[in-house]
Amino acid sequence: MNISMFDILGPIMIGPSSSHTAGAQRIGKAMYNMISDKQLVAVHFILHGSFHLTLRGHGTDRALVGGVLGMNAYDPQIKDSLQIAKERGIEVSFEGADLGDVHPNTVQIIAQTSDGKTTSLTGSSIGGANIEIININGTPAKFSGKYPAVVIDHTDRLGIISHITSILAINQINIVTVLHSRENKGKEAVIMIETDTPIDASVKRELESMSAVHSVVTMERVI
Amino acid sequence: MYFSAKEMLAQLEGSDKRICDLVIKNEVEISETTREKVFEMLEERYQVMYNSAHEALEKEIRSLSGLTGGSAKKMWEYCKKGNTICDNTIIRGAAYALSCLEVNASMGLIVAAPTAGACGILPGALLTTAEKYDIPHEQVLEALATASGIGQLIVKKATVSGAEGGCQAECGSAASMAAAAIVEMLGGTPAQAFDAAAIAMQNIMGLVCDPVAGLVEMPCAKRNASGVANALVSADLALSGIFSEVPFDEVIEAMYKVGKALPSTLRETALGGLATTPTGLAMKEKIYGNHAEASACTGNCASCGGCN
Ligand code: SF4
Repeated sequence: MNISMFDILGPIMIGPSSSHTAGAQRIGKAMYNMISDKQLVAVHFILHGSFHLTLRGHGTDRALVGGVLGMNAYDPQIKDSLQIAKERGIEVSFEGADLGDVHPNTVQIIAQTSDGKTTSLTGSSIGGANIEIININGTPAKFSGKYPAVVIDHTDRLGIISHITSILAINQINIVTVLHSRENKGKEAVIMIETDTPIDASVKRELESMSAVHSVVTMERVI
Repeated sequence: MYFSAKEMLAQLEGSDKRICDLVIKNEVEISETTREKVFEMLEERYQVMYNSAHEALEKEIRSLSGLTGGSAKKMWEYCKKGNTICDNTIIRGAAYALSCLEVNASMGLIVAAPTAGACGILPGALLTTAEKYDIPHEQVLEALATASGIGQLIVKKATVSGAEGGCQAECGSAASMAAAAIVEMLGGTPAQAFDAAAIAMQNIMGLVCDPVAGLVEMPCAKRNASGVANALVSADLALSGIFSEVPFDEVIEAMYKVGKALPSTLRETALGGLATTPTGLAMKEKIYGNHAEASACTGNCASCGGCN
C-alpha cells in the first residue's frame, strides 16, 4: 500500500472535517466523474453510520452535493452547494439507512441523469479524507479514487479479459488493479480496472466496439 | 518503502540521513515526481497552515453553528500580556492551534494534518518552535516531511480516523507527528524522533471522540491547544535522552486495538462522552432547534424518519 506524504499532510480543504467534509466531497466527485458529461437531474444519498448521525453538523450534505456538482475540496462554493443545486434544478434528497457491515462513514449515491439512466455508487470515507469506492451499480468494487478507472459491463466469454487488457497495453495504458465479477459462466460480468494514465475517448471507443461489451464507463481520478 | 519505525531506523542506520530524507526520497519514487516538486507542495501547505494559524488571532472568527469562536483571540491577547503559567512557546502554539480550529469550524481553508479535526496541533507546535529557535525555512519544510512520515506509518498500521479509532487516532497522531518533527528539526536523532512520537501517543491513549452536537468544535479546539503542549513536552522528553520503553510500532498497534475496543458511541457519533452531558445535549438542541433547515435531522433515526 503506497501512501503519499500528501495523503497525511492534506488535503488543503474547506473545513470542518476531513472524513465528513473532504472525504464526502471526494465520494461525491467520484459520482461526478462517473456521470461525466451527462446532465444530472436528481441525486439521492443513503447515509450510513456516523455519516448519517452527524450529517449537517459537519457539512457532509454540502460536501457530498458539492462533489457531485464537480467541486474540489478547497472550493469555497462547497458552503453553498445545496443552494447551487437548487438553482440548477437538481433534486437532492437524503435518507439514513443501515448499509450493512461497512465502514462507519459510508454513503450510497444514486444519480439520475437526463438520459433516463440511474447510476449508483457506494463509497466509504476511511479517514484523513481518504476514500474507498466499494460498489458501483450493484457490483462490488475497490477503488481508492487515486487512479483513473474504467468499468466495463460485458458478457462473460473466453479470453475477454486478455482482449481488454491487450487493448490497454497497445495504447500504453498500464494497469494498477483489476477486479472481475460475473454472475455465472457465460453470463453478465463486470470488469473494473484502475490505470496509471486515463483512458481517452478513442480507447474507450475501441473497448465499446468489442461485441461482448455492453457499456464502458471511464472515470477520472478523484484525488 | 517502509512499513514500520523499525524498518526506517534500519534503513537509516550508519548514515547521517534523517527520517525526512527517507520520506522525501520515497515520495519522489512513489509519486514519480521530483524533489523540487515535493518542496513546492510542502511550501503550499505551509502557507495555508501559516494563514489558518494566524487568521483568528486578531479578529474573532465564529463557527458556522455560532456555538464557538473567539478563543484564539483571547489566548493571543493573554499571551501578549506575558506572565502566563506555561512559557510563551507553548502559549503561542496553543493560540495558533485554536486559530486553525476556528478557521476550520467556519468552513474556511485549512490543511488536514492528518485530519481536519486535528489540524491545529502540527502548525501550532511547529511554528512556535521554529520561531523560538529561528529555524531556516527549508528546515521547517523538512520537519513537515518528518511529520508526514510518522503519519504514514500510523495509517499503515492503524488509523487516523476519529470514527474508527477515537480522538487518540486524530489528536494523538497529530501530536506524535509534531513531536517527531520538532525533535528532528532541533537536531535530534531519528531514534529520538520516534521516541517523541511514541511518548506523545502514549500520553493520550484511549482518548475518545465525543464532539458536542457532532461538530468539530467542542472539545476539539481545546484538544488541539493541549495537543501542542503534549507534542512539545514529548519532544523535550526525547531530547533530554528519555526514551519510550515501548517502541513506536508497538504503541501504534496498541492505539489501534484500543480504538477498536471503543464503543461506537465514543467514535465520532456524538452519542457519548461530552456530547451526551446535559450541557452537550442542550447545545445540540440549541443549534438543531433553531435552524429550520437542520432540524429535520436529529441524529436519531427512530425519532426522525424524515431526514430530508
Ligand atoms: S473529538 Fe473527535 S472530532 Fe474532535 S478532534 Fe477529536 S477525533 Fe476529531
